[in-house]
Amino acid sequence: MAGNLIEFKDVSFRYSEQDPWVLKNVTFTIKEDEWVAIIGHNGSGKSTIAKLINGLLFPQEGEILIGGKKVTEDSIWDIRKDVGMVFQNPDNQFVGATVQDDVAFGMENRGITREVMVERIQSTLEAVGMSDYQFTEPHRLSGGQKQRVAIAGVLAISPRVLILDEATAMLDPNGRKEIMQTVSQLQSKQGLALITITHDLQEVVQANRVIVMNKGEVWKESVPREIFTEKEELRKIGLDVPFVTTLADALKDIGVSISKEPLNHEELLEELWTLHLRT
Amino acid sequence: MDITFENVSYTYQRNTPFEHKALEDLSFHIKSGSFVAIVGHTGSGKSTLISHLNGLSIPTDGKVKVGKYLLTHDEKPGDLKELRSKVGVVFQYPEHQLFEETIEKDIGFGPENFGVSESEIKERTHEALSAVGLSETLLDRSPFDLSGGQMRRVAIAGVLAIKPDILVLDEPTAGLDPRGQKEIMDMFYRLHQEQSLTTVLVTHSMEDALKYADHVIILNKGKKYLEGTPEDVFVQKDALKQVQLDVPEIVQFIASFNHKFNTSIPFSNQSTEQLAKQIKQALIGDELE
Ligand SMILES: Nc1ncnc2c1ncn2[C@@H]1O[C@H](COP(=O)(O)OP(=O)(O)OP(=O)(O)O)[C@@H](O)[C@H]1O
Ligand SMILES: Nc1ncnc2c1ncn2[C@@H]1O[C@H](COP(=O)(O)OP(=O)(O)OP(=O)(O)O)[C@@H](O)[C@H]1O
Ligand SMILES: [Mg+2]
Ligand SMILES: [Mg+2]
Repeated sequence: MAGNLIEFKDVSFRYSEQDPWVLKNVTFTIKEDEWVAIIGHNGSGKSTIAKLINGLLFPQEGEILIGGKKVTEDSIWDIRKDVGMVFQNPDNQFVGATVQDDVAFGMENRGITREVMVERIQSTLEAVGMSDYQFTEPHRLSGGQKQRVAIAGVLAISPRVLILDEATAMLDPNGRKEIMQTVSQLQSKQGLALITITHDLQEVVQANRVIVMNKGEVWKESVPREIFTEKEELRKIGLDVPFVTTLADALKDIGVSISKEPLNHEELLEELWTLHLRT
Repeated sequence: MDITFENVSYTYQRNTPFEHKALEDLSFHIKSGSFVAIVGHTGSGKSTLISHLNGLSIPTDGKVKVGKYLLTHDEKPGDLKELRSKVGVVFQYPEHQLFEETIEKDIGFGPENFGVSESEIKERTHEALSAVGLSETLLDRSPFDLSGGQMRRVAIAGVLAIKPDILVLDEPTAGLDPRGQKEIMDMFYRLHQEQSLTTVLVTHSMEDALKYADHVIILNKGKKYLEGTPEDVFVQKDALKQVQLDVPEIVQFIASFNHKFNTSIPFSNQSTEQLAKQIKQALIGDELE
């Protein structure tokens, strides 16, 4: 049985005393081999959660445990070694003069040997399709190339917790699919906790579990199939359901009986096939 | 305003060992009043292309014409400021666009720079905020003390406040929640129609390109790869795959359905409801209607 790697216990946070609370009594746990998607409207508190996990911010109320260790000023340096994070805007995290230096940077802090480093720079840049740009300065990359390089950087450190905050928002659907495949392979192979913050419903479908945020509170927590049954409710809080869900609902509305909530094309086609055999 | 590219090439860091050709011999024409989507894989040259529309980049070779303004290697328009008051660009990353201390100053910066009166700026700020769905209570806040999606909205509001004739949008919905994506695209479309704007949209959403654009240009490695109406371009599955792009999800689904059920439902940019009816028809025929 996998243990809890991340625990939020009744966490409340505000950016300053004058500001309103942006997280209110947030409680959840994430296991060490789980993929959890966090979704929610703009300003619902998702990025704030990410920043609390690696100690860029500290809660005014409640506590956060990573691997049983409380996140405090004293523990953050240890904790950050376990946490890899890609920010919403990769410009905020580039530190190296070249793409290669940048990917190396995270590894240097973690005492990885030179040999392994060289090997991992190659393999991770290859995995994100950026091998040709090893010597390029990060600020000279296109929007999507920056995101790819930032992802290579966290893959290279193979952290225990990987947080991707809209890390593929600038990629085309196909590129997004490829990158997420790479990430999820690593996730299942190395059993790391993967947290993806995203507005991309296709990506949400692949997660083990979904946490839905609304106005700083956890609105709902469940498996994707369950979450997407609440179409109307989700729309009310600024979200939506994937194309197949919408199509399945349109079919139901005109009297085609669909029993199981489909999550992808194959499942819907399968449902229709059974129906077809019966008529 | 019409936009014309004639054999445009653009090279970054020319005459250095790092020289990189981002656009190559690119020609196309965008008629005044049209809504054009620019689509392409990571690094294909989309942002470089649109940086020519307000003179931020000048072609290394070839000609760019935007309305009456001509941009070539040896001939920059005398009045770039005038061009920029007519061409509003929403950048790919909002942080590249925001810089003032407060949101109010940020939104007012463009119009002020172009000589708009104070009272008019107030009015435009108010309008722009409501168009992007932000509350007035945020006006005194720093644009950097915001969530990603809120920053995006401020950046968009700043461009709307200029009231440009050409609206250039580089991935304007990245970072917006699903409702925001739809509301903001609908808002752009409404402006486009009401004010007869020319709109250039860089997008990874084939769905948005289908829904809003009347013309699509696909770029590949700095060159024009395909061009046409969305309905024509987005069914070319193999051609798009060649340049690492996917057809829109609905097109994919129709293809898989037709394959599995040996049917031939056409893609006609139909709504999900219409498609549901076609599927029902195909499955059970008329006898159960
Ligand atoms: N530095 C800051 N100072 C003050 N308030 C902030 C700051 N950063 C964010 N906020 C506010 O905190 C709230 C939560 O922001 P957060 O960035 O966590 O949202 P989010 O869910 O990630 O949204 P998005 O989908 O837009 O990225 C928002 O109302 C935002 O305005
Ligand atoms: N400032 C720069 N200096 C040198 N090369 C650059 C610079 N900006 C972009 N490039 C290169 O030019 C090419 C085109 O970049 P551009 O930003 O136009 O791509 P894009 O189509 O917008 O990609 P994306 O979808 O990732 O945003 C890329 O290969 C990129 O690495
Ligand atoms: Mg965020
Ligand atoms: Mg770009």
